[in-house]
Amino acid sequence: MYDTIIIGGGLSGLAAGIRLAMYDRRVCILERHTTIGGLNSYYWLGGRLYDVGLHAVTNYRPKGTKRGPLARVLRQLRISWDELHLSEQLGSLVSFPGVQLEFSNDLALLESQVASKFPRQIDGFRRMVASLKDYEELDLTSSGPSAREMLASYLDDPLLVDMLLCPLLYYGSARERDMDWCQFQIMFRSIYCDGLSRPAEGIKIILKTLTRKYKSLGGELRLRSGVQRLITAGDRVTGVVLEDGTVLEASQVMSSAGWFETAQMCDPPLPCKTDEAGQLTFVESITMLDRQPRDFDFHKTIVFYNDSDRFDWKKPDGLVDLRSGGISAPNNFAYDEPLAEGAVRVTSLANFDRWRELPVDEYRRQKQICYEAMVAAAVRHVPNFRPYAKATDVFTPTTIRRFTSHANGAVYGSPQKRYDGRTPLKNLFLCGSDQGFVGIIGAMVSGLSMANAHCLSELAKTDVQPVVPS
Amino acid sequence: MTTAEIREEIIDILENIAPDEDLGGLKDDVSFREQLSLDSMDFLDIVMELRKRWRVQVPEEDYQNLRSMTSTVTYLEPKMRDLKRA
Ligand SMILES: Cc1cc2nc3c(=O)[nH]c(=O)nc-3n(C[C@H](O)[C@H](O)[C@H](O)COP(=O)(O)OP(=O)(O)OC[C@H]3O[C@@H](n4cnc5c(N)ncnc54)[C@H](O)[C@@H]3O)c2cc1C
Repeated sequence: MYDTIIIGGGLSGLAAGIRLAMYDRRVCILERHTTIGGLNSYYWLGGRLYDVGLHAVTNYRPKGTKRGPLARVLRQLRISWDELHLSEQLGSLVSFPGVQLEFSNDLALLESQVASKFPRQIDGFRRMVASLKDYEELDLTSSGPSAREMLASYLDDPLLVDMLLCPLLYYGSARERDMDWCQFQIMFRSIYCDGLSRPAEGIKIILKTLTRKYKSLGGELRLRSGVQRLITAGDRVTGVVLEDGTVLEASQVMSSAGWFETAQMCDPPLPCKTDEAGQLTFVESITMLDRQPRDFDFHKTIVFYNDSDRFDWKKPDGLVDLRSGGISAPNNFAYDEPLAEGAVRVTSLANFDRWRELPVDEYRRQKQICYEAMVAAAVRHVPNFRPYAKATDVFTPTTIRRFTSHANGAVYGSPQKRYDGRTPLKNLFLCGSDQGFVGIIGAMVSGLSMANAHCLSELAKTDVQPVVPS
Repeated sequence: MTTAEIREEIIDILENIAPDEDLGGLKDDVSFREQLSLDSMDFLDIVMELRKRWRVQVPEEDYQNLRSMTSTVTYLEPKMRDLKRA
């Protein structure tokens, strides 16, 4: 009998697990895959270590910063700033037809870029920035207004609105064309005000740190342990059945598998419409280089590009939407030592159903075609890296689905968030993307705050047996 | 425990919660919130640590007593004076 079973060993599940184990809850994380990390994991291919999701860790703040999501994660998980090995970005770019905006971890750069490229918009931009709430002040109890509507009250140039939104949608919007205003404020702060960073060793170092912490606190982690179904009785969950038939009981279940996915796992299934499952997903191409990007004048950390008149953030009709993308160079962070190998990653929106329908041979062929097309689109915005390619890989929405079990291979989960983490079952809670926070830091914030809200705060109210004075 | 020992214990808990913080210059009469930017989640941790280490219970309505070092020590003294440090 466990106090809490956590479904999923991704960043949110690990963070929730650490919190609960820290206060002596009997906790078990069940992960279907053979390794931890979920949407932000790593894999070996041809003798090389590849990250699945890591372009950049958002919310960068220098050591000693006391407020904000990074500080919260470090404090709550008892991790010191140095353990994450974060190095800052060198500088990024939003590249649209005829106009480019640079940004870095200093908001002043973006502001001066807006002032020089969109002089008529700068006052509105400044007013918008001044109006942004602090993370702590945001009311996350409902979805609230649309970011595009709110932005229109400050900025009347749709091009600037699209350009500002592009990186934020790419790094965290489960909603087509738009995002919630409160999500916008979080993402604007995370990316433009706080900033981007990366550990030289990639996501592995963060996952290792979390797992070590979790295990040292007595937490149990079971890999290759997919949950097949949740056993329910009335309005409560009593335990889980694993795919191998094992039954585990728990007083509480916290799931990072997604709301739609979790509702389906319940026996009987909880009511949940199919449109509550996420749709937005990516293809990603990875090119390993025989030199460092800076050797051929490629200095930007991330370039978000768009080639069409309006930036269209939605599920594409075809396999992939090459009109926009995110191009990331993991080498272009201020590391103490350069990384051993150069690499460029390109991410674009993709359609899960189209990839899933392909027969095996055609799937392989399309992956290759897609790789070529993504690189061709990217090199219109960054120096040509194709001649230096020495190894490549592509992953698609079906790959994401296979390794994370998220419906449609959705990366940011459902467009409707459940900010309080509650479900119709009294002791079943959500954490991770569908609760409301995405990204590496966001997922950890989600896990720890759901563990606090639904377990530790309640526990703090129960009676303790005082120590008998000796 | 003497009040000095209770204070040391609180410092130890704060060090645990905020490992990157230098607590040498902590002012006893200024709120933790102001000096260390502690928020409600951090206060939950002070409560949980007291519970875990000393089996001392702080009911929700008493959380306000954990404002600063002085108020915390004053509040905890009757609850902790009979406890002995190992
Ligand atoms: C290509 C790509 C690029 C990204 N780039 C960035 C980036 O640069 N920066 C950033 O901050 N974020 C990035 N992200 C987003 C980030 O990775 C995610 O938001 C975050 O990892 C989500 O964590 P999570 O814990 O909520 O979910 P997940 O990581 O999905 O965790 C859920 C876990 O549950 C497991 N699971 C599901 N069903 C079951 C079941 N029935 N039984 C047992 N286990 C189950 C899954 O296997 C998975 O491990 C990227 C994501 C992708 C895919």
